[in-house]
Amino acid sequence: MSVLCLVELDGADLADVSLRALTLARTLGDPGLGVVVFADSASVPMAALADYGVTDVYVIEPGTLAGYAPQAWGRVLAGLATETGASAVLAAGTDRGHEVLAHLGAITGLPMAANCTLVTPDGGRTHRLVRHRWAGLLLEDAIMEAPVALFTVATDAVAPVPVGVSAETPHAIARDLSAALPARGTTPGPPEMPGSLQVHVHKPELAEADLVVRATESAGRAGGVSLATARVVVGGGRGVGGADGFAPLEELAELLGGVVGVSRVVTSEGWRPHRQQVGQTGTKITPELYLACGISGAIQHIAGCAGARRIIAINTDPGAPILAHADYAIIGDLHQVIPALVAALRAR
Amino acid sequence: MPKESLWGLWIVEILVCVKRVPTVGGKIAVTPDGQEVDTRASGFSISPHEECAVEEAVQIAERAGGSVSVLTLGPEAAIEQLRGALALGAGRAVLLETDGREFGPIATAAAIAAEVRAHGYDLVLLGNEAADTGDYQVGVRLAHELGWPVATGIKNLEVSASSVVARREYRGAEEAYQLPLPAVITVKEGINLPRYPSLPGRLRAKRAAVERSSPARAAEGLRKEALRVPTSSQHQATVLGNGVDAVPGLVRVLDELGIL
Repeated sequence: MSVLCLVELDGADLADVSLRALTLARTLGDPGLGVVVFADSASVPMAALADYGVTDVYVIEPGTLAGYAPQAWGRVLAGLATETGASAVLAAGTDRGHEVLAHLGAITGLPMAANCTLVTPDGGRTHRLVRHRWAGLLLEDAIMEAPVALFTVATDAVAPVPVGVSAETPHAIARDLSAALPARGTTPGPPEMPGSLQVHVHKPELAEADLVVRATESAGRAGGVSLATARVVVGGGRGVGGADGFAPLEELAELLGGVVGVSRVVTSEGWRPHRQQVGQTGTKITPELYLACGISGAIQHIAGCAGARRIIAINTDPGAPILAHADYAIIGDLHQVIPALVAALRAR
Repeated sequence: MPKESLWGLWIVEILVCVKRVPTVGGKIAVTPDGQEVDTRASGFSISPHEECAVEEAVQIAERAGGSVSVLTLGPEAAIEQLRGALALGAGRAVLLETDGREFGPIATAAAIAAEVRAHGYDLVLLGNEAADTGDYQVGVRLAHELGWPVATGIKNLEVSASSVVARREYRGAEEAYQLPLPAVITVKEGINLPRYPSLPGRLRAKRAAVERSSPARAAEGLRKEALRVPTSSQHQATVLGNGVDAVPGLVRVLDELGIL
């Protein structure tokens, strides 16, 4: 038996979210861990896959598949699941991961569990799992009965851990997975590094109907760090006061090598574009540091930032709910604290 | 395909699907049996993605001509959410009535598909995911039931006579999809800014009839055992100080965390 994991690339690297999914996939304990990657074989970072315990790489070369086509990707996964006799197929809980696994669920008629934090085989066709509800504000304990378990991984609740590296608990809502990984100092996953990866190159023939919906990708915004993968996020909320109050936050973010994120009130007031929103209906972030400035901490916002390793809050209100989720806090006005912090950092 | 009107305009029949969920404010709690969110102190609403789906449907119908129907699958009390959408400009409401127990995504998609087949629509809009269950799949399963194309997570939509162009973000870039109609689209908050209901809209919604049916609920392979609030998600922050006096301490912490 084996497990198949759809992985996404981020430029020349494996996407961080896919490393998190692979970390969870390893805990299923199957001897085989296959990944499915839609790319030219030359652009697949094989060494990184080996670091995460992968045994087989199924490279789906473009052919008719130029451009992302969600239904076609789902069809390819269905074929590979049958071919390899997979016990589970998973993906990172991204837009693409959810969408492709939903197609796979619809194609096969099987259930699909979104945003799992822990999946445990329980004999035969049964898997016990823990998944997010309310974007992670609640956890659901569930049982999946299916010949192939289909699920996505809540990437803000699972830290990426290569084989042979000790697992460190992320500052996250769910810590179940950390309990499933062996303790610090031991080796999670298969005890030996696979000496060689088996690489299987496929050029699938697909029906026209599976290719009707296909993405054309624009050049995108010029460079820059994305909110979802930024190492530092400087968050601004109602306390920023208006569209013209963000310059110091931008300056601080740039100094720290990070990006600005905002709360829902900021986007619904039109102060900043929606793509900068952190929260249940915006982006879920997993930075090393989230600096929440003038953000009270509605639970829909917490759902978006709970995957941060550390949270520091700057707020005038010592009773603000964000303080119950932060590691450190400064009680004060962000309009004074942030310029002073910027000055102190520039003086170093 | 949308029908052409007498004036050469085309008329698009839209179905927008919404779900009644608790309005969660500062805190979320679970009932003692672990089966539901405790709603003793909360109201109900639809998720922000769905508010935007309703707004988008109404805007398309206003621009193109056409009609908006709103559908929900839920208990009788969910008529409140149907009336909310009627007040914003939907013209027709359909309740797929349940006994209050959760329908899984497979059964939900099948029940919506039956309504779509019975009535005939050009476009079905849903939220990208429901706020409560977060299953991320009803729209896709619905499309497969109907044999229609689907695009998910959409943040910009242009509808023309025979197709739609749907756009979303992917890793800072923009993806565009062109889909022939009829199609299923799931949208995300940010696609528009939903309007507030007008007084005449609210009065009209109060009087509007609601069509009802009771779909069958089938057991699915994914079974909820219990809901729980994650442990250790709350602690109390270490206060570094007040105002600018705390900045040196903050710099020290940033240093210790390896941020600088």
